[in-house]
Amino acid sequence: MSTPRLLEIRQGVLSKNDRLAAELRQRFHAAGVFVVNLLSSPGAGKTRLLEETLRRMGTDLRVAALVGDLATDNDALRLARSGAPVRQIQTGDMCHLEAHLVEQHLDGWNLDDLDVLFIENVGNLVCPTGYDLGEAARAVLLSVTEGEDKPLKYPGAFVSADCVVVTKMDLAEAVEFDQRAAEANIASVHPGVPIVYTSARTGAGLDAWMEWLEHHRCSSHR
Amino acid sequence: MHELSIAHSLIELATQAAAQAGVTRVTAVHLRLGVLAGVVKDALLFGFEIASAGTILEGARLEIEDLPLRIHCAACDTVVTLPDIQHFRCPYCGTPGNRIMSGRELELSALEYDDTVADSAGESYVNSATP
Repeated sequence: MSTPRLLEIRQGVLSKNDRLAAELRQRFHAAGVFVVNLLSSPGAGKTRLLEETLRRMGTDLRVAALVGDLATDNDALRLARSGAPVRQIQTGDMCHLEAHLVEQHLDGWNLDDLDVLFIENVGNLVCPTGYDLGEAARAVLLSVTEGEDKPLKYPGAFVSADCVVVTKMDLAEAVEFDQRAAEANIASVHPGVPIVYTSARTGAGLDAWMEWLEHHRCSSHR
Repeated sequence: MHELSIAHSLIELATQAAAQAGVTRVTAVHLRLGVLAGVVKDALLFGFEIASAGTILEGARLEIEDLPLRIHCAACDTVVTLPDIQHFRCPYCGTPGNRIMSGRELELSALEYDDTVADSAGESYVNSATP
């Protein structure tokens, strides 16, 4: 008769990604690059926000972006108009970015020549959540057109956020966006997380977003 | 749907661990899964079945231990279990809290294997039959 035996392991399933992300984080830190991972559902306005962010930031700092999509390099082309170095990561059928994809796409870039690197993740509020990319900060976007209860439906993403950026505020009235409800829902899944309300179209709130970035950039170098 | 890629990572990890321990056939894989890990159990079970085909894990059961969300309540100065993942506040005193103590786990905890299968069945039969 056979006896079932147990081999204890206790290892994170994503430990390979975590290790690589930790190495990346060390490289970024050593080179003085502040890295921000942008997460949201598809169409929440990551690229639009990033266009404005690159344009504003680019006057004082050396900024670059990696942008993940399942297909097309449309977003990279849009972002490249800002003048910043931009690379598209096409994931094919993968719904999230992983640390090894980030590492591959840094090839040929001298990190010492950069101050800030944005990583625009694949539009998805579930899959990217568990994958560390070596970022110093994670911003999760919520557009007013998505509904105020999105944080309750996708708590995992909002829990992992260092900042929540509400986007498309210029449409708030048209879609009857209830800001108080949204704020309560965000606070319910992540008490104390900073929230900035923005419109990349009108420029409203972008100063607060830039301030948040600058504050975290400075504190990440300490 | 990233459960298939998680299944692949799980299988890679389990295969390596089994090989290191000299285990040649695994009968069950034990996984600890936090409620906040963002993994759909059924999709993972399905992905595991597909991705384990042709590996030493083929036919193995995937046993999933569900772990609840637990946070530290600063007011009670204790770790509390939350009934859902939508309300990060102490169920006893109502104080909001974001210090997560558990609930994000996605961890290969153990492998189960058959003793007889492990020490290459053919040889051990021959040995015991002809002392």
